[in-house]
Amino acid sequence: MAGYTRMGLSVALNTKNNAKADVRVAQDKEITKVQELTYELKVKDVMTTDVVTVSPKDTINDLREILRTRRIAGAPVVEGNQLVGIVSIEDLVKCLARGEMDASVEEKMTKKVETLYADEPVIHAVRKFDRYGFGRLPVIERDQGKLVGILTKGDIIEGLFKKLQIDYHEEEIHRYRASHIFEDIVADKTRLHFQYNIVGQDFNRAGEAASGLKKTLLRLGFHPQIVRRVAIATYEAEMNIVIFANGGQISASVQPEYIEIEASDAGPGIPDIEQAMQPGFSTAPEWVQELGFGAGMGLPNIQKCADKMDLTSQVGKGTDLKATIYIKERGN
Amino acid sequence: MTLEEVKEILKAEVITGADTLQMEVKMGCGCDLMSDVLAFIKSDSLLLTGLTNPQVVRTAEIADIAAICFVRGKKPDEETISLAKSKGLPLLMTHLPMFESCGRLYKNGLIGCSEYKE
Repeated sequence: MAGYTRMGLSVALNTKNNAKADVRVAQDKEITKVQELTYELKVKDVMTTDVVTVSPKDTINDLREILRTRRIAGAPVVEGNQLVGIVSIEDLVKCLARGEMDASVEEKMTKKVETLYADEPVIHAVRKFDRYGFGRLPVIERDQGKLVGILTKGDIIEGLFKKLQIDYHEEEIHRYRASHIFEDIVADKTRLHFQYNIVGQDFNRAGEAASGLKKTLLRLGFHPQIVRRVAIATYEAEMNIVIFANGGQISASVQPEYIEIEASDAGPGIPDIEQAMQPGFSTAPEWVQELGFGAGMGLPNIQKCADKMDLTSQVGKGTDLKATIYIKERGN
Repeated sequence: MTLEEVKEILKAEVITGADTLQMEVKMGCGCDLMSDVLAFIKSDSLLLTGLTNPQVVRTAEIADIAAICFVRGKKPDEETISLAKSKGLPLLMTHLPMFESCGRLYKNGLIGCSEYKE
């Protein structure tokens, strides 16, 4: 576990020693996403495959030119396909100081090379960098020992960022695909049902159902514009129950293709539905109008938000309103 | 237009949400009828209203309204304020009447809902 944590810090965060201790405590019990990725990703996923190599027969002067033009600080030494050593800018500086620029790479290179296998998890590379303090590690194929790439700490960080970005992007797409919950559920027919009880004449609590439904749908990942339409229709229906009836129920049935809201009450009922649907027609008492409602816009508003609306009512029995909003493109 | 600018233009006081004054409002809507607000307002608007009951905050929440400014010096009750706080909705209050509040904001470049193109 300790090694686990140190890796996350020394490579991904590159924190100083003192900060390391603090964060280690906090992270000991929790495996971060970065740590998880260092196990998931293989060295070959993050290494540089276009490797600049030198030959053992090259001189240090040749090496200087290669490092300068390719803007690198070291290179593996390869003979045939085989890795025979590694040489870095440090070796070059030593040769420069001693006036040995004509020496061969073979004489000055490090022969016992620490390497990585292409199929090892990145965490192994992280530990090796930690242990030896090298700037780069050559990557070889497990069977033949053939050089296939080179890895620096920079490559690891870049690789992790790329992977995080890809993962994040996928999550974002997922989040906005409203139907994903249905794809994840295995059943022949799936329907989510949310029910809210509405208290009549209680203006302070009016809107709680619409508010709760809105929050729920957003959390489920439905598109904000779809949620907005559902919320407005629900809110208007809820206000009607609060204003006219002595309470009732609102339910939302969420199906793969559409959301159906049903508002029902055992209130006085609507004598003339056609008239009630006219914008501006209202039978609301004055106190309701003072609160900013009862302007005769409720039902027309619901109709405007919904793709389909069905209103049935019986005087003295109650009212039942169904509003359907399609989840995919409007009118589908 | 930011809420900070709205506050300056209307000489408004901030009731709640002082830390959100850098928030951008895309358009304005002046209305006392909540059903009309629900019917015509678009997301991220500033609502100017003379109504101060909790339903104004509910309406704002349902219709994705960014902030509310109460006109004519009306201050909402505690219930309305605490509901707004719990929803993270900024509330402002100006002593200017509705017509002048709207006029000043419009003159300073805040467009109306019918002019806004998504």
